[in-house]
Amino acid sequence: MEQPNLSYIHSLSGGDKTFEGKLITIIKSEFPEEKNSYFKNIESSNFKEASEIVHKLKHKISILGLEKSYAIATDFENNLIENSDEGKEAFKNILEIITNFLNTL
Amino acid sequence: MNCIIIDDEATARTIIGQLCAQVPDIIVLEAFPNAIQAIKYLNQNDVDLIFLDIHMPDFTGFDFIQTLKNPPKIILTTSDAQFAIEAFEYDCIVDYLVKPIVLPRFEKAIQKAETTTSKAPERIIPVNAVEIASGNDLYINIDRRLIKLDIPSIYLIEAKGDYINVKTEEKNYTVHSTLKKIEEKLPDSLFLKVHRSYIINVKKIIDIEDNSVLIKKDVIPVSRSNRPELMKRLNLL
Repeated sequence: MEQPNLSYIHSLSGGDKTFEGKLITIIKSEFPEEKNSYFKNIESSNFKEASEIVHKLKHKISILGLEKSYAIATDFENNLIENSDEGKEAFKNILEIITNFLNTL
Repeated sequence: MNCIIIDDEATARTIIGQLCAQVPDIIVLEAFPNAIQAIKYLNQNDVDLIFLDIHMPDFTGFDFIQTLKNPPKIILTTSDAQFAIEAFEYDCIVDYLVKPIVLPRFEKAIQKAETTTSKAPERIIPVNAVEIASGNDLYINIDRRLIKLDIPSIYLIEAKGDYINVKTEEKNYTVHSTLKKIEEKLPDSLFLKVHRSYIINVKKIIDIEDNSVLIKKDVIPVSRSNRPELMKRLNLL
């Protein structure tokens, strides 16, 4: 399984460590909220609402350089829009990988 | 160029702010987590450029654009390329950036915005709007201008916080008003409140399935308590 990285954040910051710290803090704050909201909705079978949160999470997946995971998330988002939760486990794994990575920062 | 950023994600607002900081002559005046706050700001301030997220809950980027009578230049920001075709329908949209946005592509978008013919933005956002009904017409007050709507052309009205979104065959309008107020102005023979947030034109229904109706491309929920009245209105075989 691919692992997250900070390449995009480094390229965006142009070496500005203050900005990097600020952005990581925001991601570390926003990601758990979105993740919790996703799990609440998926557990309640609110697939439309869950798809909207997956959409938001996709941005963070891409920021962390997870290209294959992004494709998986896109397929899952489309499944949710069509009222199917196929791909739920794979997406859960992606969220776990990001959670573990953010805990190291 | 003075710009604002509209995106429901704090991460995205921060990234776009950082990209703007790396481009000369771009000043970020404000960043908003939703379109309604931006509408209030635009009612009081002029901007040259808006970075606009398409995919936001309740009020999408395209909904927002449709509230603008003479919008400033807009650069769409999105995680999906799928809306690109729709974006071409709006003259105000100068570019379309897919997230995660990288600096070289961002600079190109700014160049496009700078070279596109400037349109003077107008303050267009409805404040204290009221509806006045007269025969088949309904007048909505938008920025002290009374705009006439042909009542039968209205197919959907949805509540959006302190605003209502009036959808017609021609155009959508965001009006500072309530569903209750507009409901009083509309003929019962055509319109029915099917949910606490929606009034529909029953003549525009395409189909009904379980607890929802399809009107144009909008799927509208029908409350259990409103369903019997809706069914009564139908010419059922």
